[in-house]
Amino acid sequence: MAGFFAKYAPLLLKGLEETLYMTLLSTLLSYLLGLPLGVLIYATKEGGIHPHRCIHRVLSWVINTIRSIPFIILVIALAPVSKLIAGTSIGPNSSVFALVVAAAPFVARMVESTLEEMDIGVIEAAKTMGATDLQIVTKVLLPESVPSLVRGLSISAITLIGYSAMAGAVGAGGLGDIAVRYGVHRYQEKVMYLTVLLIVGIVQIIQSSFNLAARQIDKKNR
Amino acid sequence: MIQIENLKKTYQTSTAVEALRGISVQIEDGDIFGIIGLSGAGKSTLLRCIALLETPTEGRILIDGKDISSLRGRELTQHRKQIGVIFQGYHLLMQRTVFANVAFPLEIAGAGKAEIQQRVTELLELVDLADKADSYPSQLSGGQRQRVAIARALANNPQVLLCDEPTSALDSFTTKSILDLLQDINRKLGVTIIIITHEIGVVKQICNRVAVIEAGLFAEQGTAADILAAPQSIAAKQLIGIGGAL
Repeated sequence: MAGFFAKYAPLLLKGLEETLYMTLLSTLLSYLLGLPLGVLIYATKEGGIHPHRCIHRVLSWVINTIRSIPFIILVIALAPVSKLIAGTSIGPNSSVFALVVAAAPFVARMVESTLEEMDIGVIEAAKTMGATDLQIVTKVLLPESVPSLVRGLSISAITLIGYSAMAGAVGAGGLGDIAVRYGVHRYQEKVMYLTVLLIVGIVQIIQSSFNLAARQIDKKNR
Repeated sequence: MIQIENLKKTYQTSTAVEALRGISVQIEDGDIFGIIGLSGAGKSTLLRCIALLETPTEGRILIDGKDISSLRGRELTQHRKQIGVIFQGYHLLMQRTVFANVAFPLEIAGAGKAEIQQRVTELLELVDLADKADSYPSQLSGGQRQRVAIARALANNPQVLLCDEPTSALDSFTTKSILDLLQDINRKLGVTIIIITHEIGVVKQICNRVAVIEAGLFAEQGTAADILAAPQSIAAKQLIGIGGAL
């Protein structure tokens, strides 16, 4: 048993590192893109704080279209572009573009539904105080939604761990790659189960730490 | 002085709903003006029009002779600051402290730190919540939350304080203390107060003038004393509780 661990520990550590790298970087970039998109689609809806039918429809259509493509197909379809951007078609960097393309619309919808929960009365109260649309976004909507946004962040990050494992299967490395190579191609189930355990561990840690953070930040239920 | 001239508001749904059918009224500076009516009479729509949250279909709202109901964009944002609004549901920012809630309108108006510090301290003293500056709204009682909302609404020195059922969620003791505070503000600061309510007790306690709204029209208006003593309209009689089921 000790020999088994000694043999595979470096491999698994490298896989873990790659998975964390892909997840972290793609989560960050997805929010950079998805957060403003989510705010925009929320604000431009009919009856929203800044209704704009055209922007809303186009955004909604693009988001729905990307979200309807299964990730494993998206990652293959985007491979040429990914290669152009990352300069390589293997390793963690090669998958980040596809991960962001897939996750940004997901994040946008997540942000949108978080903002939808916001009490419209609070927004109207801000309006009566002379807040501009931008001030409503930066001083009311986003700050008041931080606890829910943090909870959404954990959901997005966990989704991206899953996506990164799929990307691993087509050359991006990480734990998903190890699971497929050892578990499927070489019939070494033990290695595969270990990768599964590692992924379960990461997911548990992310979920509970973000839940804790959200509770700590939230001033609403004291 | 606020003049409302033949104000109409029709909502276009599958059928046209006439929420306001021609409201006219003149509210003098320093009045505590009650607008009383039952649910569905058009109270909320009237409030939303005066608060500039809704554009009237017809008619005008003039403050000191200037038509504010047709404003758009930047001018609208600026004029909203003349009218402070408090709501039945308080609508405070739950992630901000009491201090930061009252500071909010000053922040968005671009006030400096020192000015905010001074003004907020002043306002919290006015509403008797100086010791709660660092609390969060969720730690306060309903009455205290409404006091925060009042301080916040007064931050930009509005001419008018518009109150939407300000005490309908509060018990009778707290109601009295909030109404006393509003009266106090009216006397000290000379702010005109418009209270929209379905509670005749509110009118009895602090209003000097009152209008009874029914089916999108004012059934009658006059001094509170007159209407309470001798209501003419059926709506007023029902609200005051005389004449029973007419």
